[in-house]
Amino acid sequence: MKMNGHRMAYLDNSATTQKPESVVRAICGYYGGCNANPHRGVYELSVKATKIYEDTRVKVQKFINAKSPAEIIFTKNATEALNLVAFSYGLHNVNAGDEILITITEHHSNLVTWQMVAKAKGATLNYIYLDADGNLSEKDIAEKLTSRTKILAVTQISNVLGLKNDIKTLAAQAHEVGAVIVADGAQSVPHIPVDVQDLDVDFLAFSAHKMLGPMGVGVLYGREKILENMPPFLSGGDMIEYVEEQDTTFAELPNKFEAGTQNVGGAAGLSAAIDYINSIGFSEIERIEKELTDYAIDELKKIPYVELYGCNSARDNKIGIITFNVKEVHPHDVATILDSEGVAIRAGHHCAQPLMNYLGQNSTCRASFYFYNTIDDVNRLIDAIKKVRTVMHLN
Amino acid sequence: MLEDIYTELIAEHSRATENRRQLPNATVKERGHNPSCGDDITLEMEISDGVIKDAAFIGQGCAISQASTDMMIELLRGKKVDDAKKLAELFINMIKGNITDDDALEPLDEAAALKNIANMPARVKCATLAWHTFLNAKDLELKP
Repeated sequence: MKMNGHRMAYLDNSATTQKPESVVRAICGYYGGCNANPHRGVYELSVKATKIYEDTRVKVQKFINAKSPAEIIFTKNATEALNLVAFSYGLHNVNAGDEILITITEHHSNLVTWQMVAKAKGATLNYIYLDADGNLSEKDIAEKLTSRTKILAVTQISNVLGLKNDIKTLAAQAHEVGAVIVADGAQSVPHIPVDVQDLDVDFLAFSAHKMLGPMGVGVLYGREKILENMPPFLSGGDMIEYVEEQDTTFAELPNKFEAGTQNVGGAAGLSAAIDYINSIGFSEIERIEKELTDYAIDELKKIPYVELYGCNSARDNKIGIITFNVKEVHPHDVATILDSEGVAIRAGHHCAQPLMNYLGQNSTCRASFYFYNTIDDVNRLIDAIKKVRTVMHLN
Repeated sequence: MLEDIYTELIAEHSRATENRRQLPNATVKERGHNPSCGDDITLEMEISDGVIKDAAFIGQGCAISQASTDMMIELLRGKKVDDAKKLAELFINMIKGNITDDDALEPLDEAAALKNIANMPARVKCATLAWHTFLNAKDLELKP
């Protein structure tokens, strides 16, 4: 693929990844040969569509090692999955005087949602801040995760700093005080093996489009016992058992949370994306991304006018997200100049404005890798960054 | 292409400091913000008898948004509010690509240097932020 006359170095994978041909073919194949409304028709085509949809659910279940397919709820994306938890669990289990604990690194989707719940219920929203290396402050966790905490919502990997949080330990700490833990897996599930039983999380949200799949499909994993006691999020078709004029009983899991016709074509694409990831394997994905990240950090550290964020920490705690600024140049100008060299990065607040304030930055540049990136892509990034100050008449 | 955008003139305006201040006698204060990228300016103007006596701004953003704001302030200072509105509309039409004729753009003076932004859809909102902020300002007609 070309961009501005150059072979494109696509380094905005934390925003969304490119799609393999197999994923595009799976979506075309669904619409070209299997399209019917799932769960409704008795005819063969509808049965086929239902099978594609439900087989994907089982594939997702195995991919994150959930106990049962009933624990896999398809949503539009991670944002909708987190909203489902906020509306359906949060509003019914958080009361006045309770506390919700999140981290300063949360994406707005795992932050504004809890602000909303806290405000609606008269609860307090508390934050875990960072230590000098950019990791979650142990002191904050010890002080703020208490018996008043009803929900701990935390990202597994920060979409700005690329730093991994120890979800397993946090889950154990949350359960000890009687809180549930909601993990945002949008940046982790595509890059590292995630086992919900091992982590012992209560909820995990992620999006297909950040892991080779199509936009418009996301997943909420929820512990079956908790999901069973939650009221539906959206109402409508396919989530009901019996509907009378004044009353309705709801379908079993997972259908209770999947109102209306679902995105079966998207599920077909997600299924192919999981196959693709499995064919490469997480050990290889992690090896490639670590090599790219280590090399990029080493090279960026050699440029005196580049400031890096979240790169002091031990390298094995970091996945392929590098956030930086070029001194005296606004990130949007950096991104425009890189674009002219065929290098695609993100500039802005990355949907994490409280973190930007905490870092003392208005916005930053972010380069993010996936396993299909190469050392050449990183060299292109470095070469383009070296042109920035000259273009801006600063040298 | 890039050289047409990041000209020396625009670099200078983006870093200029004399219009970056608060006005002690401001009659109009309006904040403009591009939430998706973080460009954030507050425009202050001292208007009396329908004339912009002085204008200044504080804020932060990319070189294009900051240069555009600086150029706008220099252009609008001393103008009648009605004329200033016409200039802002002319500028926005230039950035939208609706008006390309250099003679028609002459009233914009140095701000016409941002004409090429019309070819960069991702940066249009950076260039137009200050001008929309001016047009959105309430009480432009208010007499002190």
